[in-house]
Amino acid sequence: MPHPLDGTAAEYVWAIPVLPLLGFVINGALSLISAGHPGPADPSAHDDHSSSLRDSSHGDAEANAQDHGNDHGHASAPRFGGLVSLVGPAVVAASFALAVAIFIAMLGTHADTPFVQRTFPWLTGVCDHSDNLGCLAIDWSWQIDRLSMLMVLVITGVGTLIHIFSVGYMREDPGYARYFAYLNLFVFFMLVLVLGASYPVLFVGWEGVGLCSYLLIGFWFSDKANADAGKKAFIVNRIGDFGLLMAMFMIFANMGTLDFGGVFANASSLGAGSPLVTTICLFIFLGCVGKSAQIPLYVWLPDAMAGPTPVSALIHAATMVTAGVYLVARSSALFVLAPAASLTVCVIGALTALFAATIGLKQWDIKKVLAYSTVSQLGYMFVGVGAQAYVAGMFHLVTHAFFKALLFLGAGSVIYAMHAAYHETHNHDDAQDMRNMGGLRQYMPWTWILMWIATLAIAGIPPFAGFFSKDEILGTVFARAHDSALAEAHWFGIPGNIVLYACYACGLAAALLTAIYMTRLMLYTFHGKSRTGEAEQKHLREAPWVMTGPLVVLGVLSLVGGFLNVPSLLGGVLPTETLAQWLGPSVSVAPGAAEASSSQEIGLILVAVAIAIVGIAIAVVRLKPDALKPTREPQPAETEVERVLEHKYYVDELYDATIVRPLVWFSRSILWKGVDGLIDGTVNFAAWIWRGLAVIGSAIQDGQVGVYAWILVAGVIVVLGAFSLTY
Amino acid sequence: MLTESLAISAVLFTIGVVGVLIRRNAIIVFMCVELMLNAVNLTFVAFSRHYGFAGQVFVIFVMTVAAAEAAVGLAIVIANFRHRQTVDLQNINLLRG
Repeated sequence: MPHPLDGTAAEYVWAIPVLPLLGFVINGALSLISAGHPGPADPSAHDDHSSSLRDSSHGDAEANAQDHGNDHGHASAPRFGGLVSLVGPAVVAASFALAVAIFIAMLGTHADTPFVQRTFPWLTGVCDHSDNLGCLAIDWSWQIDRLSMLMVLVITGVGTLIHIFSVGYMREDPGYARYFAYLNLFVFFMLVLVLGASYPVLFVGWEGVGLCSYLLIGFWFSDKANADAGKKAFIVNRIGDFGLLMAMFMIFANMGTLDFGGVFANASSLGAGSPLVTTICLFIFLGCVGKSAQIPLYVWLPDAMAGPTPVSALIHAATMVTAGVYLVARSSALFVLAPAASLTVCVIGALTALFAATIGLKQWDIKKVLAYSTVSQLGYMFVGVGAQAYVAGMFHLVTHAFFKALLFLGAGSVIYAMHAAYHETHNHDDAQDMRNMGGLRQYMPWTWILMWIATLAIAGIPPFAGFFSKDEILGTVFARAHDSALAEAHWFGIPGNIVLYACYACGLAAALLTAIYMTRLMLYTFHGKSRTGEAEQKHLREAPWVMTGPLVVLGVLSLVGGFLNVPSLLGGVLPTETLAQWLGPSVSVAPGAAEASSSQEIGLILVAVAIAIVGIAIAVVRLKPDALKPTREPQPAETEVERVLEHKYYVDELYDATIVRPLVWFSRSILWKGVDGLIDGTVNFAAWIWRGLAVIGSAIQDGQVGVYAWILVAGVIVVLGAFSLTY
Repeated sequence: MLTESLAISAVLFTIGVVGVLIRRNAIIVFMCVELMLNAVNLTFVAFSRHYGFAGQVFVIFVMTVAAAEAAVGLAIVIANFRHRQTVDLQNINLLRG
């Protein structure tokens, strides 16, 4: 059957992921060629601290000790720097251009069915026709539809900006080529994830981004803390990947196919509300919990801040972590059949949004605040898709990509400036601790303005992007609680409408906290008097334009991104519900859902805006930036609540005590000393017996002919005796 | 007649065996080996009276082999004596494992 997109730019959909892969190959080769020169792989090159932006504050002691003996400025720019700076961003930009071309083609043809392009047979199994299931025959196919188009535009668009920012941020790093190789590889896998036409292809991308996340978190791996953070992310994600694998097995076992088209077309054969479809959806969601850092697997994301800041922006805020939201939206045909699973998604999202927001209130590291903010906002997205408001969830995903990338890149800019100033004065204070900042407004006005835009966006102040998306999520959840199939379902015996109202309340509370902690971040970083130090203040200045430029673009997007999907209520001259109409054919519609009435909707918007304003007001009134003391001075005593929040509710310690330590103990004492010891003992005992026999044998063979003769005679007598006894 | 022959043969063989086992002089051990071979020869000859002359053919073979063995064996003993100035078997243990 011909597809409207046949013969258009969509024929080149394969090139969208292949271009970044090409960039990976080129940059990877350049990285390997220059590997003979000082790089992180070479322990003697530890002096790169003097110029590169290792933003970790841990384990710098030995680096500092070396640093004092060295003059700065001796770390020359990495080899092939120019070529890498060109190739790295260019391949992603080319992907973006191609994506735009396909997007225009889609607009022109009104294609509302997925365009699937088969490339080669990938997984083919042995067929058993005795049952009704199909063969395992999975092609490596690309699929472009409206949902993946949206994701591709966000990934390549925001990705291009972050690549450009990285050119400035990472310019001095000895691992420059390696960095861009990883970054390109990440974009490749992320595009595989969203363009795959079946669960296994998606899973390849899913695992691939996990790998790149590991590589980039541990990018400065000579600090053990960074390498540990990378491992933590990888291992925690494995738990989620197990869930996704189980879901795929169950889907194949029951439907005989894993192609999106086949699965979603026959989804109803699983039976609406059946335990089977609920289990499948919960397993899918387990994968999402790992990848998108929800309770209880969120612990890796804050630690992932050990990577370079642009990585945090690209992977741990704008794209990879949203893969879970994408997966739920992609599997919407399954989730609408499983109200209990959807409510679970909603509840976990709401709890995560609230929980992470409280931790964000008391973090001092500027990136940690943003990390918990990301966890919290991802929770919002899951509230949206959990309430079967897939458009709202995806909408927040898009706007969040804009403003959170802006926040992270802004923070990167701040860290860059702080680091440069400390570097000039050979100071080794923490360049990421907000207690060492303050008053940066006068030194970096561009970053200041742009980050305020992002802050207002995330807090939900109209007309910034976050206002529209957050309001749509909260409004839809409220409406769904009022009247929908979901509200009539039950979740562990609790009526669905109560669950949804509770989620709405959590969302509102999280919105309040979001406004507070983001305003706190801005006040402590940019306002008040400078706590950076007399000597350092002279060296504080705005980052170069290659870094500020992408910030400006993201600032504009954070400002206008919300107009993608203006609620029909507010539409006058503006086109309304654009995104909803765009995504309509790609996601399922929640059954029996009613829209909120206009008066209700106005009320909800007013409440949300009021909450945001109250949050900002609380922060401005209560927080006194001038009372802060830099980290080099003794800190005031904390209350119990503050200490618990600063230590993130001791969740890491709890996991360490309840899971990590018992597991290590079990491995060591049972598996290693016990089971391994038993096997080793058996093998060694056998060897010991044979060695003993060999000692006796070699003692007999002493070269004395007389002894041989005696043994010979004895043998003859024995043989003769045996014969005479036998016959 | 057969009984007596076999008895003498057994006595000779036993003397040979005991000599091989208890003597340390290589030449004497060698002679004892010859004694054992000749005890066997006597047996063959004795039996050939009753069972045909195949036994006598065997004796010729044994004597041939014994002659060859004596030539090689004595050459080894002489070579060893030149090397070590002894024919005591306890001092010859080059084949120790």
